[in-house]
Amino acid sequence: MAEEVNLICTACPQGCTLTAVIENGEVIEVRGYNCKKGIDYGVAEMTNPRRMVATTVKVKNGFHPLLPVYTERPVPKPLITQILDEIRKVEVTAPVKMKSVIVENVLGTGVNVLASRDMPAKQ
Amino acid sequence: MALKNIYDVVVVGSGPGGVAAAIEAKKNGADDVLIIERDYELGGILVQCIHNGFGLELLKEDLPGPAYAQHFIEEMLSLGVEALLNTMVLDITPNRHLFVSSKEHGYVEIEARAIVLAMGCRERTRPQIRIPGMRPNGVFTAGTAQRWVNVEGYMPAKDVVILGSGDIGMIMARRLTFEGAKVERVLEIQSYLSGLSRNLVQCLQDYNIPLQLNHTVKRIMGKNRVEAVEAVQVDEKWNFIPGTEEIIPCDTLLLSVGLIPENELSRKAGVKLDPITGGPYVDETFQTNVPGIFAAGNVVHVYDLVDWVSEAGFEAGKRAAQYAISLRNAEARYIPLKAGKNVRYVVPHKLDKSSLAQEDIRLQMRVTRPIEQPVWIEVHDGENLITRKAEKYVRPGEMVTVVLKTKNYSDVSKANSLTIDINPR
Repeated sequence: MAEEVNLICTACPQGCTLTAVIENGEVIEVRGYNCKKGIDYGVAEMTNPRRMVATTVKVKNGFHPLLPVYTERPVPKPLITQILDEIRKVEVTAPVKMKSVIVENVLGTGVNVLASRDMPAKQ
Repeated sequence: MALKNIYDVVVVGSGPGGVAAAIEAKKNGADDVLIIERDYELGGILVQCIHNGFGLELLKEDLPGPAYAQHFIEEMLSLGVEALLNTMVLDITPNRHLFVSSKEHGYVEIEARAIVLAMGCRERTRPQIRIPGMRPNGVFTAGTAQRWVNVEGYMPAKDVVILGSGDIGMIMARRLTFEGAKVERVLEIQSYLSGLSRNLVQCLQDYNIPLQLNHTVKRIMGKNRVEAVEAVQVDEKWNFIPGTEEIIPCDTLLLSVGLIPENELSRKAGVKLDPITGGPYVDETFQTNVPGIFAAGNVVHVYDLVDWVSEAGFEAGKRAAQYAISLRNAEARYIPLKAGKNVRYVVPHKLDKSSLAQEDIRLQMRVTRPIEQPVWIEVHDGENLITRKAEKYVRPGEMVTVVLKTKNYSDVSKANSLTIDINPR
């Protein structure tokens, strides 16, 4: 018996309403998408859901006390809490350049955590 | 940085709309472009929007807010736009004079051939939605909490209720969860979500944060700090439904109940506002009813996507540059007529050089003192004599006339000014 699951695509801000059709644990069809990203999202969301993660790390001697950071690609959703714990351990020293690697291959996901901006040193 | 007295384009606000406007103004031929920011760094609200989702349309990349801002700020500065930080625009006049104040420059008047208003929005606050109850600490707008958590490093909450399902509120629900707070729920007075559906999924549902539609806060409780809020269900006219009240213990109430375009300056400049958007009435070039004053971004109406704000800024900046250039060209056509030796004044005071190509222009003047002997009335551009006329004498009581002929056009067209001297022959 095929099962239908309704989803909202988060690939872009349009937020298309998708329907994933599942049979024997496999996605056999995705309906309601407006672009190819929707198909990929529908399949991934039912099998291996991933999310972008953005947070901050502490900065020594920075223009601000915190540096915003983000995962360069989406990471597995069940790992988000552990990934946040890993990132929280990090403290960097200003100056930092945008897109420099703050955590390499976070939690073995193959995804780097990058600086979201330049952080100049305190003036 | 030394300030100029006059700029082609002055942009007020360095959020995404303002930065985009400055970029396109410069690319479309505006010479001097100045962007004014009251904060101590450029970027506007994007500085605190550390979540992803910016740039998917314009840059084809999923960037956090600060990275999106930095991308365009770098482009703007590399084009030679001047940036003025820590500076407040106090007033703008309909003829495009800005009065600004800063620690570095003091109180300064700056003239602009065109202005782009890009002041963005402010959040609606508790008094604007009139929530009854106590007035303890712990009631914040979502954006205020966002600034503290993401930029300044303060954690303002342990146990949170969020009123309003706007995007900032949902994003802060996830953010505060990341930082260890418990978000009890999100209440929305309307029967539908007010933010983007994707944020319902990735900010609330992913973290099992309940959303209650048709619900609002009836009362805030707590003496020094928020201790609880009383939630209630509402009918379609937003009346409380008796018997549906629920006390939710919490130490913080975040408000995500809408944004209001910030148009105090626009009003001072004589810009007409639309009561529905709260922003200026604009034409397809984003020009307001005041000629030469343009507006772009959330100051006009609240956008869903920063990419669209940038696009509005691009258009407004380009049109502002075109306006400034046409004004500059019109200014350049005119040259002043100066009263020189023994001349008290000349009428006209200035002339449009191109009109001399069509017809003769009569210059009339009075002398300062009588000269009872033959004189030359000499019109020159500082170096070359353009024309002269002989008179037997000149007296202050008798007006003197000299005519510029169309044959003088080629000489006059090269001049920056004309001076008239009266010398004895």
